Amino acid sequence: MNTQVTIAGVTFKNPVMTASGTFGSGMEYSDFVDLNKLGAVVTKGVANVPWEGNPTPRVAEVYGGMLNAIGLQNPGIDVFIKRDVPFLQKYDTKIIVNVCGKTVEDYLDVVERLGDQPVDMLEINVSCPNVKEGAIAFGQKPDSLYDITSQIKKKARQPVIMKLSPNVTDIAEMSRAAEAAGADALSMINTITGMKIDIHRKKFVLANKTGGMSGPAIKPVAVRMVYQAAQAVKIPIIGMGGIANAEDAIEFLLAGASAVAVGAMNFVNPYTTVEVVEGIEAYMQRYGMEKVTDLIGAVEG
Amino acid sequence: MVQKKKIKTTIVSQKQIAEQVYDLWLETRLAKDAHPGQFVAVYPNHESTLLPRPISICEVSEDKRRLRLVYRVAGKGTAEFASYGAEDSLEILGVLGNGFPIDKAKGKRVFLMGGGIGIPPMLELAKRLDCRKQILLGYRDKDLFLQEDLARYGDVYVATEDGSVGTKGNVMDIIKAHGLAADVIMACGPMPMLRAIKKYAGENKIEAYISLEERMACGVGACLGCVCRTTKVDAHSHVHNARICTDGPVFEAGEVDI
Repeated sequence: MNTQVTIAGVTFKNPVMTASGTFGSGMEYSDFVDLNKLGAVVTKGVANVPWEGNPTPRVAEVYGGMLNAIGLQNPGIDVFIKRDVPFLQKYDTKIIVNVCGKTVEDYLDVVERLGDQPVDMLEINVSCPNVKEGAIAFGQKPDSLYDITSQIKKKARQPVIMKLSPNVTDIAEMSRAAEAAGADALSMINTITGMKIDIHRKKFVLANKTGGMSGPAIKPVAVRMVYQAAQAVKIPIIGMGGIANAEDAIEFLLAGASAVAVGAMNFVNPYTTVEVVEGIEAYMQRYGMEKVTDLIGAVEG
Repeated sequence: MVQKKKIKTTIVSQKQIAEQVYDLWLETRLAKDAHPGQFVAVYPNHESTLLPRPISICEVSEDKRRLRLVYRVAGKGTAEFASYGAEDSLEILGVLGNGFPIDKAKGKRVFLMGGGIGIPPMLELAKRLDCRKQILLGYRDKDLFLQEDLARYGDVYVATEDGSVGTKGNVMDIIKAHGLAADVIMACGPMPMLRAIKKYAGENKIEAYISLEERMACGVGACLGCVCRTTKVDAHSHVHNARICTDGPVFEAGEVDI
């Protein structure tokens, strides 16, 4: 049984990754799961300098999901290279670094700094809905997405994944723009912008008023968008959005994802990632499948 | 450091001890390593409520096989917990956070200050502290809880907002009313109370350790949801934010900007 998948020349032992921002750099979850069992660890977004993030409350629960408005708090690339990269290097898993910035120059700065680092891929965050500058500002119009993607591709020494937002009218058009600009892969979906109001206090629950919604409640939206993107482009897609178990992950693969990432459900069950890996293997065994890649885009009709 | 685990536990008993306040004993091997001021994250079983609820450890049984949680029903998750009884099971993640620095109190005069649902962690703390304990408790009204348990371990003083029992006002008013003094403060309660304690401790040059709370998601330091402002750049985050779930919930009052 072969669970390997290859994306932009990088081979992963299985198609299961962590979604950026839900797993730190793996340190906190290494108490619960053996990181060696994961296809890749995708790190929390890192910028060229430390970011303080948003005021609290930063998280809220909603029916079947949650809202977050962390605002990309991160220690900056210097600390990240000194502390987080060496930590992840101890494990037999691929390292994908999520990159964020306020300006194109910020992104390019981080991408260049990572050029000689032992990281396997870069994931460019042009879809965080919780910061005032940067991030989603680059990911909601095809022209700006094309522009930032092509500039990053010129500087990047590792393959580039563009992480797309669901907060757009036409995901196929956005996917095509990233592909045309040279993106090696896409990941989707980032969170869906949401809001929660405390009716007793007549106040917004989140200090930021709006937050990104994640969790099982958004899964059907994510599966649909992965499918539409997979129909529109040839580059591989990493699918995510509410994956709670292997069945959910397989849905994404069938819709056209080459790999999947577990996000908010890490908070609900810290063992989710490894359970998804094992569940995919059990599914393959049950249906006598040789290669996990046979599942990719295999939905019929 | 003890490894954190998510495990299934069995409810030994549960009863209501005040308006919306429940007293729950759980059978769990996590009790062995529990330290006062630490907490566990309790998972609702209903699938619409995903995130675990952080609840402080109130007491550890003598045999270290059971944990006592005293919590207030504040929403759907805690309402679900309150509906359970003996033999029902709950999943918990723990033990989490750092807890109170017990060594700092040894042989000293200590205020243990609890306000409202911040009172429960004072019980295990009072049991373990080896010092002169003055336990100051603030309640809304005469619907008191845990004050008899606490009275076994120190001198208990009560304040109520409506003046129906003890000093009228809050825990700070107890200090004035009784002319009390201490070398160290350990406290848990609502933010206005903690701010008042921080100010009092600063003015009187007293060491104070306060337990903070914030809305949490992961409980293990990964999501950065539950941060508090720090006065200096935090060693982990490299910004002025510390994670309440992992770096706290107990902080030296001077370390945090509340």
